[in-house]
Amino acid sequence: MRLFSKDFWFQFASPKTFYPFAGKLIPWFAGVAAVLTLVGLYIGFFVAPVDYQQGNSYRVMFIHVPAAWMSMFIYVVMCAYAALGLVLNTRLSDMMAAALAPTGAMFTFVALWTGALWGRPTWGTYWVWDARLTSELILLFLYLGYMALRSAIDDPRRASRASGLLALVGVINVPIIYFSVKWWNTLHQGASVSLTSAPTMAKTMFAAMIVMTFAFWAYAIAVALYRVRLIILERERHARWVVELAERER
Amino acid sequence: MWVAFKWVLKRDLMLAVRGPSEVLTTLMFFIIVVSLFPLGVGPERETLMEIASGVVWVAALLASMLSLGRLFSSDYEDGSLEQLVLAAHPLPVLVLGKIVAHWLVSGLPLVLVSPVLGLQLGLDGETLAVLILSLLLGTPVLSLIGAVGAGLTLGLRGGGVLLSLLVLPLYIPVLVFGAGAVEAVRSGLEAQAHLSLLGAFLVLSVMLAPWAAASALRISLD
Amino acid sequence: MNWSSWSEFFAMGGHAPYVWGSYGVTFLLMAIEVFLLRRRRNAVMRRIRRLARMQRETNE
Repeated sequence: MRLFSKDFWFQFASPKTFYPFAGKLIPWFAGVAAVLTLVGLYIGFFVAPVDYQQGNSYRVMFIHVPAAWMSMFIYVVMCAYAALGLVLNTRLSDMMAAALAPTGAMFTFVALWTGALWGRPTWGTYWVWDARLTSELILLFLYLGYMALRSAIDDPRRASRASGLLALVGVINVPIIYFSVKWWNTLHQGASVSLTSAPTMAKTMFAAMIVMTFAFWAYAIAVALYRVRLIILERERHARWVVELAERER
Repeated sequence: MWVAFKWVLKRDLMLAVRGPSEVLTTLMFFIIVVSLFPLGVGPERETLMEIASGVVWVAALLASMLSLGRLFSSDYEDGSLEQLVLAAHPLPVLVLGKIVAHWLVSGLPLVLVSPVLGLQLGLDGETLAVLILSLLLGTPVLSLIGAVGAGLTLGLRGGGVLLSLLVLPLYIPVLVFGAGAVEAVRSGLEAQAHLSLLGAFLVLSVMLAPWAAASALRISLD
Repeated sequence: MNWSSWSEFFAMGGHAPYVWGSYGVTFLLMAIEVFLLRRRRNAVMRRIRRLARMQRETNE
């Protein structure tokens, strides 16, 4: 069967084959993202009830938690592609890593911003230096550093390998920080604030959150695929198929 | 293999001794930054004591970031770095030699001067001891992590600022636990957890950073 | 239904700035991301066509 043949899958490692394939996927993921967003927002605003303690401000959670999850998830996927690129030397892996970074950084900022706006009415402060918030801030710096390093290096091969190494070094940081949440509990008793109260949540709230998570996931895939196509065009700009494509678009 | 390590270590130390101006800059920067705070914040003993742990640690962090550019740059410019990379000895070992030399010259002086600065800001007794210990554990980690950043940004324009941006996220945990240890003891709590974690960072970075920095050098020099 | 009127919906029980500040900024950032990507695509296409044209001219 073709699906079980290695050659079938390896053809997608070539930017030239991947480009039209990605192009077909984008409208589907964009559509799913739009539909899920509408459904999630509907449930979140019109079905989920007012919270007994927090009033209506808790509804920020339907953006905040999915964005935070996506910020972490995208970083890990980015690192996986970076590792693939470093080990296998495939250009497309590195291009995918580069395509994911700006979206990941955006979600990280959204998580921080919405977290601050949720924190103010709920816990009285926009910010607190606990393990979770600090680690999210570090994650934003990791994304920005990754993008800054990439843009500072002219040679594409050095740029991809250097930023790949940086991303992987940063990944070591993340579990260390998350593990230290336990340490923080012993060091600052009672100061830990849980921003996700999943099992005790009303079912409708949980549903809205999950739907929005998948909405963001579909959005991230659509945007990353769109961006990687642009990166392919930029890197392969002298190739015949690219020139023909550009002339056809006129 | 360790012969090569010692050779690189001795060479870098000799070079540092011959051109001590760069070395003294780091130390002077550290002292000046810490000394600026009483002038800016006001001489109130209470206030200074409260911010002392953070101030000393941030100053050490900044001084460390400042000194990193020098780790590989002079060797890079005269071509000896390429010789090191091409040498028959394992590059991580040679890199570790350079990092140790760098720490002895840029990091250790900070540790030794820190009690004086601590006193200046109103710390005493056990707090000072923990200050020294936290810096003793932490500054090598800063040098080790910084070496990876220095390797990645070799020869790039905007190098210093870019380097700082890259190492900053990795420095933050060291800062948090280093300053946290001092602050804990000052408030009468235990610093053991913080110091243990700093120790763990040190062990982890000694094992991983030389290898990562060597990879970074190969990537930059290829 | 949670809201008995649109004005109640927009007021969010007094938390309007926080809720709409969050949703607004988020969707704005997403819109900006998409906008920037489209603009980048146009620029890339123009650049490729220009490079191809220069290549043809140097070959003549």
